[in-house]
Amino acid sequence: MITIAGLTRSYGLRPVLRGVDLTADAGSITAIFGPNGTGKSTLLRVLATLIRPGGGTVSVAGCALPEQSEAARSLIGAVLHGPLLYSELNADENLRFYARLYDLPAPTARIDALLERVGLTRRRRDPVRVYSRGMQQRLAVARALLHQPQVLLLDEPYTGLDPAGTALLDAVLREQAQSGAAVVLTSHDLEHGLALADQVVVLARGRVQLATPSHEFTPEAFMARYAEVVA
Amino acid sequence: MKRYFKVIGAVVWKDLAAELRSRETVSAMIVFSMLMVLVFSIALELNRGARESTAAGVLWATALFSGTLGLNRGLGREQDRGTLEGLLLAPADRSALYFGKFLSSWVLILAVQVVTVPVLSVLYNFNLAQPLVLLSLILGTLGYTGVGTLLSAVSAQTRARDVLLPILLLPVSVPVLMAGVQSSGGALAGEPWSELMIWFSLLVTYDVIFLAVAVMVFEAVVGE
Repeated sequence: MITIAGLTRSYGLRPVLRGVDLTADAGSITAIFGPNGTGKSTLLRVLATLIRPGGGTVSVAGCALPEQSEAARSLIGAVLHGPLLYSELNADENLRFYARLYDLPAPTARIDALLERVGLTRRRRDPVRVYSRGMQQRLAVARALLHQPQVLLLDEPYTGLDPAGTALLDAVLREQAQSGAAVVLTSHDLEHGLALADQVVVLARGRVQLATPSHEFTPEAFMARYAEVVA
Repeated sequence: MKRYFKVIGAVVWKDLAAELRSRETVSAMIVFSMLMVLVFSIALELNRGARESTAAGVLWATALFSGTLGLNRGLGREQDRGTLEGLLLAPADRSALYFGKFLSSWVLILAVQVVTVPVLSVLYNFNLAQPLVLLSLILGTLGYTGVGTLLSAVSAQTRARDVLLPILLLPVSVPVLMAGVQSSGGALAGEPWSELMIWFSLLVTYDVIFLAVAVMVFEAVVGE
């Protein structure tokens, strides 16, 4: 579903990604870990078509980037650092706006179902500006799932979520993977990421230092290996 | 094509709905316009004849400066709250996003003129709401907003956008200012259409050229 080979990307003269190779299969969850500034967000932004790869090849849901970016966008859902929501509009209006951008026919049932799934049905008419950070994050997840994407990209999606929100997001991500989507997320929580993901990846110094099935590690062994890899 | 217009409609609806709720941009533009009209009125303490000759200039200076405020807020606010990425993630033609932002800004700029023109008419004691003056305003603000929306996409990506947008936009808008002042001033002075036509033609030409250029380069500007 996602195939990356030799991906490079620089900001000005500063290289951030120095030759990333990675594969994420349909129906799986891939968790990417790494120290701050190591290129995790840049990698997700390349996959989301927000920035162009500097070099190498990238294919997302069968679309080569950047050549087929527009086609890829209809197959990608993304939760980035910001919730990408309009604070003056309510949850319903935000989702309706994005439904029109994604050209979803008759989106009402889908919006109702998603708001129910993320637990915001009762607050759907409240403007987003009165939402807590966690509620905004749940609505951001609903926004990303609106068009039933084949690839779901999430950049530190657990930020601001309480334990109930974390459990909800875990369940939603597992549902997405079970329905055949490729889910890729970045996280700093090694133990939680290891428990959730099918594949764990450690990105450091602009390269993938470790990419392996999560069942190969116990939490302790993974933390030790992570410390060794990023040292 | 239907989808293209759907995206434009969605962006315009979203911008105007958000503005109706907050009224942040349009109220700032109206207050700024009123202050400019008042400042000009005090600074140019003129007799009636002189006022007629300067009214068009005051009208256009007010329209352009208050318009800059609105344009700065448009894409700048999207950039500040990160929602520009939400627009760019959508599988929509970038030019449709451009037209959506352009139309919503144009509606706000025209709405401000709906307030400014009567106030200016009262303070200057003669009727500015004449068909050719209004046509000049509509055509002039069209091109101004078109190029302003593009340049606000450039300036929105910088930290100095409040300063950068006027610096980029006002020099490019000199033809609009010139043709706008001449066409509306001529209309107020009762000049015949044959004399005014050249200025209206300049406004239409400016609109066509800059809208076409903006559509062509918008994707490159917001591409990264």
